[in-house]
Amino acid sequence: MTVLLEARSISKYFGGVQALKDVSLTINEGEIYGLIGPNGAGKTTFFNVLTGLYQRDGGDIAFADKPLRLSSPHEVANVGIARTFQNIRLFANMTARENVMVGRHLRTRAGVFGAVFRDRRTRAEEAALRRRADELLHYVGIEHRADDIARHLSYGDQRRLEIARALATDPKLLALDEPAAGMNATETEALKTLIEGLRADGLTVLLIEHDVRLVMGLCDRVAVLDYGEKIAEDVPAHVQSNPKVIEAYLGGTA
Amino acid sequence: MTENHKSWLGMALIGFVLAIAPIVVGASLGNAWVRVLDFAALYIMLALGLNIVVGFAGLLDLGYIAFYAVGAYLYALLSSPHFGIHWPFWAVLPLGAMVAGMFGVLLGAPTLRLRGDYLAIVTLGFGEIIRIFLNNLNSPINITNGPKGIARIDPITLFGHPLSKSIDFAGITFTGVMLNYYLFVVLALGIVFVGIRLQDSRIGRAWVAIREDEVAAKACGINTRNIKLLAFAMGATFGGVSGGLFASFQEFVSPESFGLLESIMVLCMVVLGGMGHIPGVILGGLLLTILPEAFRQGAGPIQQAMFGEVLLDPEALRMLLFGMALIAVMLYRPAGLWPESRHRREMAK
Repeated sequence: MTVLLEARSISKYFGGVQALKDVSLTINEGEIYGLIGPNGAGKTTFFNVLTGLYQRDGGDIAFADKPLRLSSPHEVANVGIARTFQNIRLFANMTARENVMVGRHLRTRAGVFGAVFRDRRTRAEEAALRRRADELLHYVGIEHRADDIARHLSYGDQRRLEIARALATDPKLLALDEPAAGMNATETEALKTLIEGLRADGLTVLLIEHDVRLVMGLCDRVAVLDYGEKIAEDVPAHVQSNPKVIEAYLGGTA
Repeated sequence: MTENHKSWLGMALIGFVLAIAPIVVGASLGNAWVRVLDFAALYIMLALGLNIVVGFAGLLDLGYIAFYAVGAYLYALLSSPHFGIHWPFWAVLPLGAMVAGMFGVLLGAPTLRLRGDYLAIVTLGFGEIIRIFLNNLNSPINITNGPKGIARIDPITLFGHPLSKSIDFAGITFTGVMLNYYLFVVLALGIVFVGIRLQDSRIGRAWVAIREDEVAAKACGINTRNIKLLAFAMGATFGGVSGGLFASFQEFVSPESFGLLESIMVLCMVVLGGMGHIPGVILGGLLLTILPEAFRQGAGPIQQAMFGEVLLDPEALRMLLFGMALIAVMLYRPAGLWPESRHRREMAK
């Protein structure tokens, strides 16, 4: 098994509060890796550090055998880590297709000259971009909403659109921040199928989730964060029976 | 009739109206009104430039007129007896656009992290700094001639004919103001074209993405620093071209043409017309140039006719009506007079 992402002793402070304490974890290629923990455990902070929205205060990250230096989000996207957000962040007044096309910004080249003169290369790129966007919309199952404005989409479809936009960056690792939040059982089931499909197509998925049943049913391995520390990392069955996890996450001594 | 035919017919119609407008207006209302049309074209160019920064990229810029000033002064310095340099316009205008674009980057670079009201304040300061520089750069070395301004600027010369002189053609006398009109309209159409092409491109989508959600835009791999700087530079370039034309047309520039009120006026054109929507911005530019002028000329005679005397100073009345119109538009059409209708576009498909 090849290691895709290795985080070593990541720490992050907000003023005097240490949000992440020496968190180390390893994600293998092709697996679905779950990151769980109670509210405020530092899951989203870890996400933001990983994707360059926050700068870490200590530790190293290696991605696909290359060190990931302190960098900005667009560079992280460039090496192949794409993400979605806990509280959906779409380009609300753009169409679904345009949202996905923006996601492909990195993998396209046209500049001002191409935009104004529409030379053959730009036209070809633009056509390929549209095709790719429609493919991705089809892949996540919302191709019929391609021309609708993002904010008019249903909640579940917005989640799907965000995943399509992230996929447009051609990621190796897709990081999903609570994708099932606010979804009903049917929608969650459909999401599960979608994520399993992603893995089947060779993508590695990092999943933050509150829905324990979804995490346990979907993930190959799970790490548990509590107060910024990793207290467990194992296959779901072992994590579930880990006394530390039960105490921290599943409700004390119950 | 196909969609394509219709749009060609529409364009031909617009072209025809634009071509005869100065002749009709000149014959019926006089040359002063052709001059107003000239200024409308200049302001539309400015508004379209600002629309890139404010409308597309969502960066509130209150000092935009500074780029107009840079373009105007560069033209003045390189094409007047002030330094005795008389470069032709085809060299000075592109240079002015480039230098203004550089100033755009100069303003953009330190303000990248700022948004909304903070950005507005810094850009406002930038606009004032440029004006104050122009006002004071007459000592120790006289560069801008200070508050006295630079006079006797060369008019643009096309095919050996200076545009300040009238010409007879096909039985019609085309005055200098009319000749300038045609040049301005051609350039304004060019800017409209560039604006439309940019909007519907990878760059344009990146601008709108930043406006909609900067964090998400970054996560999508957009280098927001470069794309924002590009917006500032492109917007400033349009301002620079417009400024150069202004200098050649007026044959005189002074710092007082580039005050804060001008920046606000251009911003009003963008906001009133419909931010981010090119036809709306054009409408905004047209209305805000023509209506105040109509008030200025009409308010006196109307009062004279109604009350037998002029009760209110037309100038004061003009600002009052302008303010009321602004409030009314913001109350009843907050997205502008002619906003982008995404919905309608969807229905048409």
